[in-house]
Amino acid sequence: MIGIEHYVVVSSILFVLGVLGIFLNRKNVIVILMAIELILLAVNINLVAFSSYLGDLTGQVFAMFVLTVAAGEAAIGLAILVIYFRGRGTIAVDDVNRMKG
Amino acid sequence: MEFSGSLALVAPEIVLTVAGLVLLLVAAWAGDKAARTISIIAVAALAAAAFLVAPALCSGASGADTIAFLGQYKADAFASFAKLLIYGAAGASLMIAPPYLERFGAMRAEYPVLIVFAAVGMGMMVSATDLLTLYIGLELNSLAAYVLAAFLRTDNRSAEAGLKYFVLGALASGILLFGMSLTYGFTGTTSFEGIRAALDGSIATGTVFGIVFMLAGLAFKVSAVPFHMWTPDVYEGAPTPVTTFFATAPKVAALALTMRVALDAFGTQALAWQQIIIFAALASIVVGALGAIGQTNIKRLLAYSSINNIGFMLIGLAAATQAGASAMLVYLAIYVAMSLGGFVAVLMLKDADGNAVEDIADLAGLSQHRKVLSLCIAMIMFSLAGIPPLFGFWGKFVVFQAAVQADMVALAAFGIAASVIGAFYYIKIVKIIYFDEPANKATGKSDWAHQAILALCAAFISPLGYLLTKWLGSLADSAAASLFSVV
Repeated sequence: MIGIEHYVVVSSILFVLGVLGIFLNRKNVIVILMAIELILLAVNINLVAFSSYLGDLTGQVFAMFVLTVAAGEAAIGLAILVIYFRGRGTIAVDDVNRMKG
Repeated sequence: MEFSGSLALVAPEIVLTVAGLVLLLVAAWAGDKAARTISIIAVAALAAAAFLVAPALCSGASGADTIAFLGQYKADAFASFAKLLIYGAAGASLMIAPPYLERFGAMRAEYPVLIVFAAVGMGMMVSATDLLTLYIGLELNSLAAYVLAAFLRTDNRSAEAGLKYFVLGALASGILLFGMSLTYGFTGTTSFEGIRAALDGSIATGTVFGIVFMLAGLAFKVSAVPFHMWTPDVYEGAPTPVTTFFATAPKVAALALTMRVALDAFGTQALAWQQIIIFAALASIVVGALGAIGQTNIKRLLAYSSINNIGFMLIGLAAATQAGASAMLVYLAIYVAMSLGGFVAVLMLKDADGNAVEDIADLAGLSQHRKVLSLCIAMIMFSLAGIPPLFGFWGKFVVFQAAVQADMVALAAFGIAASVIGAFYYIKIVKIIYFDEPANKATGKSDWAHQAILALCAAFISPLGYLLTKWLGSLADSAAASLFSVV
């Protein structure tokens, strides 16, 4: 029997994979966008699973909002990436170093 | 409350949303020629919204009458206090932008529209009493901010700042959202009131995880250590008017949001988050002070200074008392004036051809040819360091007082000791400006809009500001009281 714990474990694993994808990835920025999407989808699994477990619709409504915002976020992320690429001619993560912090 | 009553409570957001949408159409039809006109209308819309929120603050509105849309949104005195600061800072960032952006041929009509949408999002953030409203407000603000950071399309540094801000901001939203989903799952509700009631008594391990993730996400947004690493890069790379905006309005919104989440939603479990806030406060003060020492770019220096200041404000939150919240609001108001003044002063530093001067070494001997500007910078630096008789001292004083009253003497003592480290680099700037051999770099003329705003900020942080302490204190008290009034 698959219970709520399984869903939470799966979503936690996806979330950690997403975070690692942002920090360990040294190749290109598109992979970072995919990792961000993975994080948001992990959250959605959580929300829908909890919603069904609690018998409360709020979580599913929340998931719809998250999906919508994720679409807007991806659009803006890609737009910024395009102007970045125009200026620098590369989207490799290691090259994002004009300023050192 | 019925629907029309709810609509009346969200009137400021409606005004700004409609203004933003109409201006977007105007921008699409009239193009960049109308950019200045659109800016002026956007400032007028912000002023109108400020007039709509002011009564709630003056009357100290709180309780059931301020709740709109079945507990999604709350227009109380606390939200009004934060919104007035936000609208003021957003309006100022609109007024200072045209002279700077026009030099790059980048005074496009989108700039005021984006600022207005960001202001709507920030208004929703500070009024949110539900995780869903919180998330939508936060994202509305963040998405506008990512574009603003990359506003100088042709400048590599600006595009890089936009990219970094986007990646780290989206990560922060993801972490915050994960925390919210856990909080929802383990308390069974998304409304702050419901979470508060569910946490009264015992707390599940899952909820503790939720609180930690949510605070981590919010720490990102206020740029508290250990989630501060984006701040210097974004502040340096973004166009200076945008940096001015980032350092003021979104900081107010994110900090007010953190206060509402910590003190309202998680208010019955203060012990679960107090240690995290204490750590973030102390770490921000120390890292902000030490990180600033080696900087050669004035915008990066001010970025570390803002991290440092956030640390002092978090001390007020760590106290978890009404006095602490009130002290934070007073500090926040003073901080907005100081950082607005600081970045406007940076905007005014131009060489003879009008190019921006950002290198600290180039400020040497500035007092020889720009006497008034040098005096203003010196005042802002002393005020940021918290040296009396300037007004920045008062903010630190009330925050430490609140911490001591909440029996956190060690925290206050450490904060005071660490503020001495901070004083070192602030005073170093003053020394460079007044006592070094003149470099004769920053000799350019400055714009009247910059001079006017800098003069206002300088007057506010000067000893004259102490005339306002009683008024500011009573407004902050009524705002903090409305935050703590449980319906």
